[in-house]
Amino acid sequence: MEKAGKIYGINGPVIYIKGKTDFIMGEMVYVGDEKLVGEVIGLTSEMTTIQVYEETSGIKPGDTVYGTDSAIYVTLAPGILSNIFDGIERPLKSIAIESKSVYIGRGMSVDSLDVYKKWKTEITVEVGQTVFPGTIIAKVPETKSIVHKVMVPPNTIGEVVRVVKNGEYTINDTIVVVRLDDGTERNLSMTQKWPIRVPRPVDSRYPSTKPLVTGQRILDTLFPIAKGGTACVPGGFGTGKTMTQHQIAKWSDADIIVYIGCGERGNEMTQVLEDFSKLNDPKTGNLLMDRTTLIANTSNMPVAAREASIYTGITLAEYYRDMGYHVAIMADSTSRWAEALRELSGRLEEMPAEEGFPAYLASKLSAFYERAGYFKNLNGTEGSVSIIGAVSPQGGDFSEPVTQNTKRFVRCFWGLDKSLAYARHFPAIHWLTSYSEYLHDLSQWYNENVGADFVNCRNKILVILNQESSLQEIVKLIGADVLPDDQKLVLEIARVIRLGFLQQNAFHKEDTCVPLKKQLQMMEVILYLYDRCKELIAMNMPVSILRKEDIFEKVIAIKYDVPNSTVDLFSQYKAAIDRFYAHIMKTNA
Amino acid sequence: MSVSYLGLSEIKGPLVALDGVKDASFDEIVELTVEGINGKEKKTGRIVELYEDKAIIQVFDGTENMSLTNTHTKLTGHPMEIALSQDILGRTFNGIGKPMDNMGPIVSDIKRDVNGKPLNPTEREYPRNYIRTGISAIDGLTTLIRGQKLPIFSGNGLPHDRLAAQIVKQASLSENSDEELVIVFAAMGVKYDVAEFFKRTFEESRVLDHVVMFLNLANDPVVERLITPKVALTVAEYLAFDCGKQVLVILTDMTSYAEAMREVSSSKGEIPSRKGYPGYLYSEFASIYERAGIVNNSKGSVTQIPILSMPNDDITHPIPDLTGYITEGQIVLERSLHGQNIYPPINVLPSLSRLMKDGIGAGYTREDHQDVANQLFSAYAKVGDARALASVIGEDELSDIDKKYLQFGRAFEEQFVGQSEQENRDIDTTLDIGWQLLHILPKDELDRIDTKILDKYYDRY
Repeated sequence: MEKAGKIYGINGPVIYIKGKTDFIMGEMVYVGDEKLVGEVIGLTSEMTTIQVYEETSGIKPGDTVYGTDSAIYVTLAPGILSNIFDGIERPLKSIAIESKSVYIGRGMSVDSLDVYKKWKTEITVEVGQTVFPGTIIAKVPETKSIVHKVMVPPNTIGEVVRVVKNGEYTINDTIVVVRLDDGTERNLSMTQKWPIRVPRPVDSRYPSTKPLVTGQRILDTLFPIAKGGTACVPGGFGTGKTMTQHQIAKWSDADIIVYIGCGERGNEMTQVLEDFSKLNDPKTGNLLMDRTTLIANTSNMPVAAREASIYTGITLAEYYRDMGYHVAIMADSTSRWAEALRELSGRLEEMPAEEGFPAYLASKLSAFYERAGYFKNLNGTEGSVSIIGAVSPQGGDFSEPVTQNTKRFVRCFWGLDKSLAYARHFPAIHWLTSYSEYLHDLSQWYNENVGADFVNCRNKILVILNQESSLQEIVKLIGADVLPDDQKLVLEIARVIRLGFLQQNAFHKEDTCVPLKKQLQMMEVILYLYDRCKELIAMNMPVSILRKEDIFEKVIAIKYDVPNSTVDLFSQYKAAIDRFYAHIMKTNA
Repeated sequence: MSVSYLGLSEIKGPLVALDGVKDASFDEIVELTVEGINGKEKKTGRIVELYEDKAIIQVFDGTENMSLTNTHTKLTGHPMEIALSQDILGRTFNGIGKPMDNMGPIVSDIKRDVNGKPLNPTEREYPRNYIRTGISAIDGLTTLIRGQKLPIFSGNGLPHDRLAAQIVKQASLSENSDEELVIVFAAMGVKYDVAEFFKRTFEESRVLDHVVMFLNLANDPVVERLITPKVALTVAEYLAFDCGKQVLVILTDMTSYAEAMREVSSSKGEIPSRKGYPGYLYSEFASIYERAGIVNNSKGSVTQIPILSMPNDDITHPIPDLTGYITEGQIVLERSLHGQNIYPPINVLPSLSRLMKDGIGAGYTREDHQDVANQLFSAYAKVGDARALASVIGEDELSDIDKKYLQFGRAFEEQFVGQSEQENRDIDTTLDIGWQLLHILPKDELDRIDTKILDKYYDRY
């Protein structure tokens, strides 16, 4: 018999059923005649509490709530990539076609994935073979860039008794039949369902020793993130959180990007959709959209689904990780998700902790970030899930609960700074407040794969920037003119680093994404210039003379002048610096 | 057909409770008839909470004169709706969409739920066409784009109303477009004088028959203003997406709207978050601001200019803060510029237009636009440093280059930001002024401009 209950009360997205029911905690339910999707979030002997993922206006007491016996889940099969979903995996394009409206209606019942499309399928198991959870049973070219690997769902072990021929099948067609240990047969299709709040099982974790290369100099060089790592990007409005996330989504060397627009602007999701459908992935040359899936739960969409969108996103990511891919998640923004928690918590009249946020904010955040990592999968492949979460602190104040709690669980902190953004220095990631705990773990990789000097150069650059910051304190009080020449030189080189290295123009063809080798060589040229200038200063040449030469501006312009493909041009810059040195010596000695 | 319930079980602030209701639905609109000492009075309310047969109703017109026995409540069976037709242009309504101009109700078959529905991101079109306002600080540095939501962050006593009025008067879609701009004006808790000022402005600029006004004045019921922006935006969406018009929506003052929300929330006994505002302030703001944009297969657009006064000029106050996280930029007015008699007193550094980068440059405005804007921002940021240093060591002790920056800063504020209320600058004039100002600085200080652009334009001025 179907489980059902009658609505007793309604308060915004929260509804109550009176009396004892046999719903289970976390169960997905359908509410009312329109079958709005909801989830059971509280059970007592007197009252069942349900949060509804859609607008509740028009719901009446006495309307029926139907149980489904399963937790809120996502459908996993080919068709996820280059698609856009809402917070509970409803495909927005299909909704638009189905409803013939530019608005999102309620109670739309559409399949998460296209069940009619026939996919070219290549079966990879044979009759008689024993299969385990995670065993790859078929390969489906899902997009031009990504081969979808159909896997045996967790909790299924058995012997293959029948397989279909290679050919074209829909996601619900049976492609492999397995005899389980107890003798029953089980039909396997391409589709799996998985509850969003439960991490998918893995074999074991690996330490993070490979970087997620983003092509963004300040990230790759100064504050790198590992594959399987976690990072947060906090910043007030207008400091460039979304821009940073877009850049990483576009240019990072992850195989797959899951972009979660959680409580953010509708136009931004449209922009991602438009841009990614036009831009090419630098790694494969195919469209970026071919390796991307978007979860769009914009700020005006129902708040309960916003809470779910983060989990939907990470479950999709884990599914592709199980196939052996490196997945990066952009969560923009985790603050909106925390606010959704707060809103629901307030409706449930729970005792609030700091700033009205529920006391379980920290544990929810940590549970989310811990789903990231570099794993050995059940089927023996290696894959990773990296999480880059934007945080929107109220008033740009990093001491608020979401930023502080996030900081405890992530190992990369890319703090965006208002004053840099006001001066239009982008990316506005501040080098003094940001940090990365991965640097040590990744040093070996950098030294082996980029250049033995990489970490050394990086440290030198950061030292100069720190020296500049303390010198600026003095300059603010008495002006730069009174400083000794060696300190003036530090200021000048720091300027070169800031303008020529840290500032990166996302709209410039060459500068938007820079390979690691070029990053290293840029650092080397800047440091070479510094060393040569130091020699001159040691011979009592004043900085004012050095500054008359155009070498500093020339080094700053490297980012535009040297194409990413022709890095050998750098020897010319060292030669130019030598000429500058000789010229100064000749005219002033 | 519908039953009328006599009496109430509780009255508390703007909320009333009614027992024994049958077949009520959440968010439904109810009509209340109060038999007071001065005869019958009609009020409108909305069901905000519902427990079995008990409904909590939020009364838009306030609960004055109501008692537990003198009220008849009638369910309407639908959420708040407004009738829509093209005739709505030129009309004036109160905060919940009832006509105030003695011209009778709008008659139409088209009725829409004022709560609206979220736009499907796949059906949106990314906004790219700019709206020229004739104001240099906006056109040059925080360009307004069709379909954008760009609020004005102001303070009490600053000329945000005059600025908004100037935008309305001067706004044109592009240099040679024959499309007309339609204005939807929603006032929430503003003073009579302010509403009157806007009315006069619309009259003077002869656009009154292109304006729809919704007025909830400071002495009108507080709860009413919770519905005002929603009604206004429902009209705007209809005019834009059904009738294909370019709609500019002015919402003033969003601070009063948020205050009203706090008032209702506290009488509902909800747990407050920051500064007593309810936890859903962000979601509520979003449900208003996100109703701007352009959609596929429609010529129209909804552009929003919400105005809000920052309490105590504090940009980190929850109201401007949460607004900034939703809107696509902001225009920030600054008291110290106002004190120096600079109009419009726009502080360009915290001001921003997120959509600007895609709507300017060759083909839209001019090829050097982005570079000039970047350079002006960067140079003006340095002016701040130079001024800070000058206040410590005195202007005379500054280096030559810092003195140049001081000179640039003064000229920038007076000539670029400052302009008269009647002055309508075209984009070329704005950019030309920008170049003339940059000329004060030596050429090698201009590090944000592409070398080719710099060579092409620098020596022209």
